Amino acid sequence: MNGSIGGAFACVVQRDLLLALRRRADALNTLAFFIIVVSLFPLGVGAEPALLRAIAPGVVWVAALLASMLALQRLFAGDHADGTLEQIVLAPQPLGLIVGAKVAAHWLVSGLPLVIVAPLLGLQFGLPAESLGVLMLSLAIGTPTLGLIGAIGAALTLGLRGGGVLVSLLVLPLYIPVLIFGAGAVEAGASGVGAGAHLSLLGAFLVAALFFAPWATSIALRISLE
Amino acid sequence: MSWGSVSAFFAMGGYATYVWGSYAVTAVVIVVEIALLALRSRAARRELRQPVALRD
Amino acid sequence: MAINWFKYAAPNTFYPLAGRMAPWFFGAAAVLTAIGLYIGFFVAPTDAQQGEAYRIIFIHVPAAWMSMFVYVVMAFWAAIGLAFNTRLSSMMATALAPTGALMTFIALWTGALWGKPTWGTWWVWDARLTSELILLFLYIGFIALQAAIDEPRRADRAGAVLALVGVVNVPIIYFSVQWWNTLHQGASVNLTKSPNMAATMLWGMLIMALAFWMYAIGAALIRVRAIILERERAVDWVRELPEAAR
Repeated sequence: MNGSIGGAFACVVQRDLLLALRRRADALNTLAFFIIVVSLFPLGVGAEPALLRAIAPGVVWVAALLASMLALQRLFAGDHADGTLEQIVLAPQPLGLIVGAKVAAHWLVSGLPLVIVAPLLGLQFGLPAESLGVLMLSLAIGTPTLGLIGAIGAALTLGLRGGGVLVSLLVLPLYIPVLIFGAGAVEAGASGVGAGAHLSLLGAFLVAALFFAPWATSIALRISLE
Repeated sequence: MSWGSVSAFFAMGGYATYVWGSYAVTAVVIVVEIALLALRSRAARRELRQPVALRD
Repeated sequence: MAINWFKYAAPNTFYPLAGRMAPWFFGAAAVLTAIGLYIGFFVAPTDAQQGEAYRIIFIHVPAAWMSMFVYVVMAFWAAIGLAFNTRLSSMMATALAPTGALMTFIALWTGALWGKPTWGTWWVWDARLTSELILLFLYIGFIALQAAIDEPRRADRAGAVLALVGVVNVPIIYFSVQWWNTLHQGASVNLTKSPNMAATMLWGMLIMALAFWMYAIGAALIRVRAIILERERAVDWVRELPEAAR
């Protein structure tokens, strides 16, 4: 492994991507869940076009939230099961950096597909073209933030029984600001106010998460592995 | 603040359900918390009287 | 005469101290409640707009204040326990959580019952009630996490990280919900705003807030004593307590 910071980062990303590739089903499951959940809403509330257009940003965003949350299990579980995680914590490279790399790889596998598919789902709900763009952009900025925040929850609940539901309980309240501004961006764009303010705030959340979440996650990992 | 009569006090200007509903539930919650605390303390003391497993 | 406060940082000295203090706090809570409710029902006048329904604020607002205050104090003790590795601080945080959660529940319940006669619906998605709901989720998450971890020190530290992440997020959540609420105003108005409060109403509310505070401290002290007994059962000073004798 390279001694340089960038090298270590790239190395971990590459490794995690390779591992994810070998278990493609996991990544595809997240995407499938996302699509299915979004499709449930018209079945539940009726297919009236105006209604669907109104709820579309919120529905897509909530589905993205839930899908991100379900995918969190895969962030550390694999490495924890075979003992690699303990080695990672002991490694000379800063743990925050390695965590950042794992979250980045995790996003590429679980978050990016959601961003790409979202416009198609938006079309199903009758969203106009400009809204689709804002939707994609808000998800592109928001889903990494969700991954970073979620990593803290995943680290805290490492190896615990009832893991999935427990992580949801911990992490969903923290997701709420991202949800508000993510869905809000699309609505603001549609109403003519412009999505700039919302997207800027989403960007601010991302930057804040980039600074604090890997650090908090490292602390949580050390606590969980003692 | 003078209530016309005892029944006026309990009627709360027509809002009896809401006002007394709030106060009643609050009282119940407090009583339940204290009861659970008492149970927990008692259980902890009972546990103390059990022999502790010998440590190596 | 300087009191050596650090003397009470150990479970064995704090345990009897808490036992002596708790009744005083409960007593103060009872007296303050009597005074507060007397003012609330027999001194404060009827409200011009809301009639007698407003009298719910004598519970709703104090409970809401306490729910937030207890969360901050809980996070504080959890942080101390994490930073200085002191068991008692972490136990205090664990002891505060259920009381805080119940305060939050009371605030939500009374908020709903206040909303129905004044605004027509059982639940109003105004900024403060919605933030209060999210606060309840934060409490539940903390309690659930600690309940899921068997090893006490891991539970202490993991809970501390969660509480600190939570406390940092509370202003962000509140600000976000405020923004969201102003956008989706519609006919809803700020439910918990009490315009033109008569001085007597304010006094009643403040005294009830103090009463809730005293109660919360008393409850936390009793709970931390139970936690000390549960966690330190094998330690000598505990085995020598009168409670432990047959």
